[in-house]
Amino acid sequence: MTSTPTPGQAVAGSALDDDVPQAGVRKLSRLERRAIATKGKLSSPWASGIAIIIAILWTIPSLGLLITSFRPQEDIRRTGWWTVFGDLFTGDAQFTMDNYNEALYGNSNDLSTFFVNSFVITIPAVLIPITLSLLAAYAFAWIKFPGRNFLFVAVFSLQVVPLQIALVPLLSDYVDWNVNGSFWTVWLSHSIFALPLAIFLLHNFMKDIPASLVEAARVDGAGHVKIFFRVLFPLLVPAIASFGIFQFLWVWNDLLVGLTFAAPEYQPLTVKIAELAGTRGGDWYLLTAGAFIAMVVPLIVFIALQRFFVRGMLAGAVKG
Amino acid sequence: MTWLLEPDTTGQKFLLMVVAVALFAAVMGLILFLVDRPKRIPSWVVAAGFVGVPLLFLAYGLLRPGLITLWQSFFNRNGTEFIGFDNYVRAFTEGQFQQVLLVTAAWVILAPLLSAVIGLGYAVLVDRTRFEKLAKALVFVPMAISMVGASIIWKFVYEFRPDQANINQIGLLNQVLVWVGLPPQQFLIGQPWNTWFLIVVMIWIQTGFAMTVLSAAIKAIPDDIVEAARLDGLHGMGMFRYITVPSIRPALVVVLTTIAMGTLKAFDIVRTMTGGQFGTQVVANEFYTQAFRQGNQGLAAALAVVLFILVIPIIAYNVRQMRKSEEIR
Repeated sequence: MTSTPTPGQAVAGSALDDDVPQAGVRKLSRLERRAIATKGKLSSPWASGIAIIIAILWTIPSLGLLITSFRPQEDIRRTGWWTVFGDLFTGDAQFTMDNYNEALYGNSNDLSTFFVNSFVITIPAVLIPITLSLLAAYAFAWIKFPGRNFLFVAVFSLQVVPLQIALVPLLSDYVDWNVNGSFWTVWLSHSIFALPLAIFLLHNFMKDIPASLVEAARVDGAGHVKIFFRVLFPLLVPAIASFGIFQFLWVWNDLLVGLTFAAPEYQPLTVKIAELAGTRGGDWYLLTAGAFIAMVVPLIVFIALQRFFVRGMLAGAVKG
Repeated sequence: MTWLLEPDTTGQKFLLMVVAVALFAAVMGLILFLVDRPKRIPSWVVAAGFVGVPLLFLAYGLLRPGLITLWQSFFNRNGTEFIGFDNYVRAFTEGQFQQVLLVTAAWVILAPLLSAVIGLGYAVLVDRTRFEKLAKALVFVPMAISMVGASIIWKFVYEFRPDQANINQIGLLNQVLVWVGLPPQQFLIGQPWNTWFLIVVMIWIQTGFAMTVLSAAIKAIPDDIVEAARLDGLHGMGMFRYITVPSIRPALVVVLTTIAMGTLKAFDIVRTMTGGQFGTQVVANEFYTQAFRQGNQGLAAALAVVLFILVIPIIAYNVRQMRKSEEIR
């Protein structure tokens, strides 16, 4: 469905430590640490060699696609992308934006429409589940009500249910209500599917806020709504950002939900690109440009907000 | 008002989006406004205001459909006749589906293991070096890419051109084969190795996740433990084997199980790269095929339930390891 792993999916009771937990590390100075590190390193040339090979293997495929997407159609068909390095010396290398023009505004494949769809799908599908799960997480953390623990465990365990199990019954409902294929069904489905993980993660963040803060506000006569907005919400902004990025990447990169629920004219980019790969598998000028059009937004979000992303991921994954 | 369901232009789509968000905000605002009466109403009413909508969503959109799917899995292809466990028997005994299960097993075992091994190795190798940040970013970036995008990237790497004198290979991997003097291969067609070449894509994506989590765990190992081990004469591989790995065990379990579950449910790679042909089909994609292509509701439901059942051992393992590491503490 997406390349973004869902952290904490299987982790019980983890908590947020601010950034990477580094207890005990701070006692040593940076220099001492480096000295220790180099002494005990697998400091053979083999080790560095392996690291460099992995780094190259992880970079080259994307680089090849990126370069190809700027090459003229003819060149792509005739020679491999690596030949541009040689051509750069001889001055034969040619680059063009034609592939992007064709992919975005071409007659049969105007990806620009689907780019818009991806945005229209993603923004509500991020805002709605975050709001809902913030409220739910607040209630599970700070309001006492009968059945609280049972309900929380129930929500928590819904994380493991594969989406596939819910698709067909939901779709048949949407058909019955005559709303199938519309954006509404995509928003609703994404919101529902995001809730278990979102509630669980935000609950962990929420629990980390000192109870005394909440108590103090209550003594001052604040109701739960006021406490939520005035006291907790400002403290939770980083947590919301972490989960927001997750959900953004998840929805933007999703194929399954878009494929199942969205009508052809409302499908997100991923669905369209996957379709292109099937029907025009040999048209690399189109596929390479299209793939990068689909990647550029998540890449920007990801690189700009990497800090929050890593934090959110570790909050779900690392404890002890 | 047709644009509410069928917006035509970009403007209408964005307007619809704003309407949807505003509507949602208005409803939630109203609910919160109604329950915001401290001390005058019982706390469970307040709680209902907070958790009501999310719980309704979950009950409606996950719990209920799950039960319906379970129920449907005991019926025939259009849900008219009760056939007991026949769908499951078919899914586990028919040759075609056994192949699918086998391939899925290969995915669920290889993808997490190799992602974790490579991620761990890489995290150790670049730990506290001068290039750590850059080196990690390079491996990390594939996580932002959709599986569809990653599939296209790798499909291009595997691209095959017939082996003729005047034809150049345009896929990198085949060009490498040509460079070392071997004939180019149809990587995505030759069974059973094509499954392996698809799994590579998953490993390529997930290694960044494994590396980040494991690297954080490595950095959390207290320096005095490392120092003590060093005084006892541990170095290099010994240090790795006896100090690093045992210390990060919990994180390792989380990485393995998280990737395993993600792999089990993922169908994007197979669908984009081979469409499940040439013996590469996995359960998640077979589900999609049966449900929306073949129209066999009963069998599709059974496959969805099988997916769910296959997750359970992974969870059970995770919980057991959790318990163990908590006992130790």
